[in-house]
Amino acid sequence: MHRNNQVLRTDYEKCTGCRLCELVCAVKHDHVSNPTRSRIRVIKWEAEGIYVPLSCQQCEDAPCATACPAKALTRNADMGRVEVDYNKCIGCRTCVSVCPFGAMHFVAADRKVIKCDLCDGDPQCVRFCDTKAVKLVDAGDVSLQKGREAAKRLRAADKKASSLVA
Amino acid sequence: MALNRKIAYIDLTTGGIEIKPIPLELRNKFIGGRGLDAYLLYNHTKQGVDPLGPDNVLLISGGLLTATCASATTRTHVMAKSALTNMLGSTNMGGFFAPELAWAGFHHLVIRGKADKPVYLFIHNGEIEIRSAKNIWGKSVTETQWAIREELQDPEVKSLVTGPAGENLVRWANVMTGIKNSGGRTGMGCIMGSKNLKAVAVRGTMDVSIAHPVEALEYNKRFIDQITSSKVNQTMGTIGTPFIWGATNSWGGVRTRNFQFNQCEYSDDLEPERIDEIALETVGDNHMAACFACQVHCRGKHRLPSGPYKGRYSEGPEYTSQGAFGAEPDCKHADTVLTCNYLVNEYGMDTLETGSMISWAMELYEKGILTREQTDGIDLCFGNDEALIEMITRICYRKGWLADTLADGGLPAAEKIGKNAFDYMVQVKGMHNLHSDERGTPALALNIATASRGSDHLRSRPAIDLYHLPEPVLRKIYSSPIPYDGPLSSEQTHYEGKPWQVFWHENCYMAVDMLGICKYHTMFLGATHPNFEDWSRVVQLNTGLDFSPTHIWEAAVRANMIERLFNLREGMTRYDLKKGEMLNHRYFDEPLRRGAPGVVGRKIDKQKFIKMVDEFYEHKGLDERGVPKPETLKKLGLENEPSHLL
Repeated sequence: MHRNNQVLRTDYEKCTGCRLCELVCAVKHDHVSNPTRSRIRVIKWEAEGIYVPLSCQQCEDAPCATACPAKALTRNADMGRVEVDYNKCIGCRTCVSVCPFGAMHFVAADRKVIKCDLCDGDPQCVRFCDTKAVKLVDAGDVSLQKGREAAKRLRAADKKASSLVA
Repeated sequence: MALNRKIAYIDLTTGGIEIKPIPLELRNKFIGGRGLDAYLLYNHTKQGVDPLGPDNVLLISGGLLTATCASATTRTHVMAKSALTNMLGSTNMGGFFAPELAWAGFHHLVIRGKADKPVYLFIHNGEIEIRSAKNIWGKSVTETQWAIREELQDPEVKSLVTGPAGENLVRWANVMTGIKNSGGRTGMGCIMGSKNLKAVAVRGTMDVSIAHPVEALEYNKRFIDQITSSKVNQTMGTIGTPFIWGATNSWGGVRTRNFQFNQCEYSDDLEPERIDEIALETVGDNHMAACFACQVHCRGKHRLPSGPYKGRYSEGPEYTSQGAFGAEPDCKHADTVLTCNYLVNEYGMDTLETGSMISWAMELYEKGILTREQTDGIDLCFGNDEALIEMITRICYRKGWLADTLADGGLPAAEKIGKNAFDYMVQVKGMHNLHSDERGTPALALNIATASRGSDHLRSRPAIDLYHLPEPVLRKIYSSPIPYDGPLSSEQTHYEGKPWQVFWHENCYMAVDMLGICKYHTMFLGATHPNFEDWSRVVQLNTGLDFSPTHIWEAAVRANMIERLFNLREGMTRYDLKKGEMLNHRYFDEPLRRGAPGVVGRKIDKQKFIKMVDEFYEHKGLDERGVPKPETLKKLGLENEPSHLL
C-alpha cells in the first residue's frame, strides 16, 4: 500500500466523544498524557451530544505552507503529509492562524507548533477508535461512505413517496 | 507523572488554601482515589461531626491512574459524612472531570468549612481560586456548567456541580458533571450545598508523564481489546445498562410497587428495545456517548419524545432509572422514565433515591398511612405518572409538607410520618436499595446489607452470580490474587460460598475506585474482564510503581477496613435496622409472588442470612459485632489510625 495514497477520514456522527484519540496521540508523540499535545482534537457540543474530531487534512496546496514566512512547512508526497521542519520554524504561529481546520497547534510548554504526521503510516487514533469515527482510507475512496449514506436516504425517501401513490 | 499530583486543602470559612505533595507511603497503603479519601475522611473528621456543619470535610478525587495511558480512567470520587445516613458518604461518577483535575495538577481536594456566600472553586494548572457563585446559584445542573464556561471564557472547563436540590439541602442531592454523569448516592450534593459550594471548575494543560510510554500504549490496546471483546460490553455499547432490564425482569428480580412484587407486568414499554427505539427516532443510528478514554461507550443519547420537556437533549437512562421511575412506582411508560431521568439530572438528585422514596410514599398512601391531605391532594397511587413527576419537582424545591418531609431523607421522614411507615422502607443505614429484588438471591442480599455506604449495588455486588457460571470458572476468578478453597456455588439461590464472593467483589471494586477506572471494566458484569494481575501491570507501566496483584488486593482490604472504622465510630451496630448491616424484615417475611418457577415463593432465610454475615465477617477479620479484631488492624497497619499523616 502506498502511504501517500492514504488519508484520515472522520465520520463525526460515529464519534462518542471519548477523547481516547487525544490521549494516545500525545502519548505516542510526546510520551505524556496532555490533550494540548494531541494533534487530533475532539470539538464538542455537549448540550447536543455532538462531537467532531478534527485533524490535519494534509492539504495538497496547504495554506500553512503558503503562509509560512520561514518556508518551514512542506508537503511530503511520499508520506502523504505536510511536515514541519523545526530547524527552519521560527514559532510565529502564522500557520495556526491560517489553517482552515484549526489543525495546527502550539504547545505552550515547548513553544513549538505541532501537527498530525499520520504516525508515519500507522495512525494511533485510528487504531484505538472503537467506533471507527476516524479511519485511514485510500484517498480515492473518501466519498464512498458518504455516497452510500446519501443513497440510503434516497431509497428511504423513495419508499415513503411511493407508499403515498400506492 | 501521576505521582507528582498534589493534594489541596481548601478552607471555605477562611479562604485559606494549602497545597501539598502526596507521600509515597500513603500511595503504598491506600493507592489513591476512594482508598485515600477513606483515610482522609477518617483522619479529618471527629466522631459525631455534623454532616451539614463546617467541620464535615468534602473530599473530591481522581484515582492513581487518572489521565494516564490506561482505559476509562474517567472516574471522580466524592466523599464526606453523609447527611442522609449520618455515616459514610461516598459516590463515584464518570465523565471528564477527574482527568481535567489531573491535568491541572491535582488528585485530591479536601474542602472544609462553609463559605458565607455561595462560591465556586476554579482550579487551573496548580492554582486554586475561590470565586463568587452569585451568577450561578439557583441554576440547573447543565445551566450551571455552561454559565461557568461563559464566565471563565473557556469552553474546555469541566465542572462538578450541585443543582437546586443540593442548594435546598435535599438529603440525597447528587454531584454532577456533564449532562448526566452523576455521583448519586449518599447525597454528596447536599454537603456541597451546606458549604455554599455550588461547583468546582477545573481546566488543566499540564503534562502527566507516563513511566513506560511505548509499552503502556501497547498494553492499553490489549486491555481495551479484552474489554470490547466481551459480549456484555458490546451490548452495553449499543444501548447502555437498560439491557439488564430484559435479563432481570423476566425471571423476577425487579422490585415493583415498592417491595410488594418482584416483577413488573405488562411493561413492554419499559423494555430496552423501546428505549433503543426512542433513541433511534430522536437522535439517530449513532446514539451512544462515552466517558474519558473508554471504548465501551455505554451512555445513551436521546431527546425527550413527549411531555413538557419534549425535544430536550438528555442522556441515559440507566437501568436504575427504569427501576426508579418504571418498576418501583409501577408507572410503565418509557416516556415517564425519560422525563423523570431528565428532571433528576437537571435538579441534581439521585435517581435511585428519588424513585425509591416516592414509591415508598406511594405504598404508605396505598395503606392509608399517608392521607390525601398530607399529599396536598395529589393522588399518590402506584401507576400515577403525573403524581410521580410532580413529586420530583416538589421534593427538589421542598414544596408542600410531604415533599419537605421526604427531602430530609428516609429515616427522619419515617419518624415524622409515624405509624409504622418505617417498616415499609427498603433501606440499609437509611439509604434506599436499587430496584433489584434480592429475596431470591442471597449473595445480593448479603451485598446490600454489608456495603459501606448503605444499601448499595456498586460496592460489593457479585452480579456475575446471576450468570450460573460453572464452578471451575468461579474457582478461577475467586482464587486470585489470593487463594480460596472454600465452597462456591453456581446457583444464585444458594447461600454457600457467597460470603467469599461478596468479599472478593468488595475488594475488586475498591481497587478500581482507587485507580480511577470504571467498574464496567471489572468482573462486575463480565466474567472475562481484566483483573488484579492486569491492574498491577497497568500501574507499573504508567507510574513505575511496583504494586503486585496481592499488594493491590491488600490496599483494597485496608481501605475497606478504614471505611468500616469510620462507620463504627459513627455508631454502626450490626443488627440495628437504621445504622447496621441488617435487612428490613420484608426480606425474611414476604415471599416472592411472581417470577420464574425457581424463584416464586422464595425469601431470605434469616438464620442463613445471619450465618452468611458471620462468614463474611470472618473473611474480613471481624468479630461477631462486625468490629475488626486487634490482630486484623495490626495486620493491615491500621492500629494507629487516625494517624494524621496527610
